[in-house]
Amino acid sequence: MTVESHTGRGDGGDAAPGEERGRVLPSLGVYLIGLVFALGLTATAFWVAQTHLLWAPGIPIGLCVLAIAQMGVHLVFFLHITTGPDNTNNVLALAFGVLIVFLVVAGSLWIMANLNHNMMPMDQLTNLHLQH
Amino acid sequence: MFGKLTWDAIPFNEPIPLISALAVVLLVGAVLGWITVKGHWPYLWREWITSVDHKRIGVMYCLLGFLMLLRGFADAIMMRSHLALAHGAGQGYLPPDHYDQIFSAHGTIMIFFTAMPFVVGLMNFVVPLQLGIRDVAFPTFNSVSLWLTASGVLLINASLVIGNFARTGWLAYPPLSELKFSPDVGVDYYLWALQIAGIGTLLAGINLVTTILKMRAPGMGYTRMPVFCWTALAANLLIVAAFPVLTATFAMLLLDRYLGFHFFTNEAGGNAMMYVNLIWIWGHPEVYILALPAFGVFSEVVSTFSGKPLFGYRSMILATMAICILSFMVWLHHFFTMGAGADVNAFFGFATMIIAVPTGVKVYNWLFTMYGGRVRFETPMLWAIGFMVTFVIGGMTGVLMAVPPADFVLHNSLFLVAHFHNVVIGGTLFGIFAGYTFWFPKAFGFRLHEGWGKAAFWCWLVGFYLAFMPLYVVGLMGMTRRMQHYDNPAWVAWLQLAMVGAGVILCGILCQVVQLVVSIRRREALRDVTGDPWDGRSLEWSTPSPPPLFNYAVMPNVEGEEAYWGIKQRALRDGLAPEPRYAAIEMPRNSPTGFVTAFFSTVTGFALIWHIWWMVIAGLLGAFATFVWFAWRDEDEFEIPADEVARIDRERRRVRQDVLLPSLGRPA
Repeated sequence: MTVESHTGRGDGGDAAPGEERGRVLPSLGVYLIGLVFALGLTATAFWVAQTHLLWAPGIPIGLCVLAIAQMGVHLVFFLHITTGPDNTNNVLALAFGVLIVFLVVAGSLWIMANLNHNMMPMDQLTNLHLQH
Repeated sequence: MFGKLTWDAIPFNEPIPLISALAVVLLVGAVLGWITVKGHWPYLWREWITSVDHKRIGVMYCLLGFLMLLRGFADAIMMRSHLALAHGAGQGYLPPDHYDQIFSAHGTIMIFFTAMPFVVGLMNFVVPLQLGIRDVAFPTFNSVSLWLTASGVLLINASLVIGNFARTGWLAYPPLSELKFSPDVGVDYYLWALQIAGIGTLLAGINLVTTILKMRAPGMGYTRMPVFCWTALAANLLIVAAFPVLTATFAMLLLDRYLGFHFFTNEAGGNAMMYVNLIWIWGHPEVYILALPAFGVFSEVVSTFSGKPLFGYRSMILATMAICILSFMVWLHHFFTMGAGADVNAFFGFATMIIAVPTGVKVYNWLFTMYGGRVRFETPMLWAIGFMVTFVIGGMTGVLMAVPPADFVLHNSLFLVAHFHNVVIGGTLFGIFAGYTFWFPKAFGFRLHEGWGKAAFWCWLVGFYLAFMPLYVVGLMGMTRRMQHYDNPAWVAWLQLAMVGAGVILCGILCQVVQLVVSIRRREALRDVTGDPWDGRSLEWSTPSPPPLFNYAVMPNVEGEEAYWGIKQRALRDGLAPEPRYAAIEMPRNSPTGFVTAFFSTVTGFALIWHIWWMVIAGLLGAFATFVWFAWRDEDEFEIPADEVARIDRERRRVRQDVLLPSLGRPA
């Protein structure tokens, strides 16, 4: 079911704001470029993890960079996030999602670290059964 | 063959669950039998069960919510009457095992299966009409959402007859909810029912966000949308952001229970506090998922019944979106006492208090809307005023508990219980009832009886104060929640008073049932001929009541805030706009996909609860087959010919011309 399937046909004045006109999806080529990038980044990540050519302590940072680049490739080539004016909704949705993920992850880390600091870490607590 | 399911699962030796289960089974059987005898099945199947019309789906959501309100209230009045008896030597009539199931079921049902279906139902019915469009973005999806919610309802109520329900409170904290401490099926009923219903809710959220962002009538810019649409947008954004967290959290607990994982156990590196953290990351936004649409209803009601545009429309939008973001930054206030340090507690305490600011903005906006208006005290407006008074009290006790040292005294006490009932009943439920009365004529073409509605309002309002103000008092006196028996003689009188309050609320619910029956019987006298019974201001009142399948023959052209008010004033001045050129309209075909999917999910859920593995596989295969069959369908739309559209719309224009405009044009 597409968005415009039942907004009526007819005289062209019957359109809603945001309604997609014409071709919605880009051509196959865009997907193929994205696929090449994604595979390349994945292969690089595997190579980085196994190689001895790189300075060992830098590898985790390198993997993080590759992971973020991978996300960028997915967003641009597969989810079609662009800077065009017709893409405001998608960009806002992405920003909202990133904000929520940040709040959830950072908040949880902060809260749980604080709990562990203030209380005995869970792995040092004995089994509840033995505490009576 | 049947996993853990044996005859022992039926509570033959416990009279209360057995008798209530029998009564429910007989009642449902009687209703189904009556439908069969009267031969209504083909009609129900064609027009309702398979319907993908957002209006019908909205109505069915609300009906589901109302039925579950009765179920949840039955639990509530059992708890209140038990506690009025169970002090000192008295033991009450509910053994601890059963009492624990009742308070768990009460909370779960009231939040997930009363408030949520009501709120989603109202949004479903109203939002497309207010936006001036013909349906939601994904109509079949919408039907799937509804039936998955119904599937959750069925599973949770099956626990009444087969097996038992969780005894772990409405959020099932581990380690109590882990397999070691809750080895029977109660927690599994809880988890699977909420997983299935939760997916339905997530789909509904995606659907409405897409609808609001992508499918508005021409000219309906963001700053021309009615406030209800804005609050619906905020609530659905929260659904999309928060419900995956709930699903993931429950999935981890399920892995613990089914496959021996250790996410939240005491052993092997598990941490139960992580569950508490995660569940409230969902839980606090959930509060606003329920509250924001109610705020939207009040905005519509207050402005309509004051005969004025809403005061501070743009500040209302800002406040709504501010609450939407802030609601994700306060979750720790549900567990100040879990052991975090003063810095963390202080941060979340302040963040919580900040939410009172946009909420206060809203309350003042409603007050200023009424100020200088010609206020009509009809039932929806009564609910709105009752809400403003009650909700402000609930909000203040909330701000009080946002102070961490105060929370250390009040945590887990009946003061807390009184607080959240104060905001959920006074905020969400009153909003639902206001919206129900307000939009009922739009949905069915006749008004609800005014006298019975007012009686219901006063019973609910008085009953609420009688039932919950005493809980604030005993909470301050030190009574904790979820107590099955107590020895303190000082609490007895207060809890008996609370019992009286619950009785008055019961009168309110009975009034609502009577109101519905009386209204249906006298529907000719209560008929809403014009489609605009309240002198409304937003687009839904420009359609006939009930609206035709396609809502709008021609998509309305919106030229300002309060779209319909503008159209109406122009028509009063210059007469109706010239007749538009009608074209054929394509509408989505009805589809049993939702119902069939939900059937297989129910089978899968039930089989998972009882460890009947072959049935799990069968259910999943069935659900997948349904999906494939739906994906391969050829024809998903049908056409309503232009003549038919013209006929329906000319009748609407005739009524406007002959009945509505003369009645509005009269000097008051």
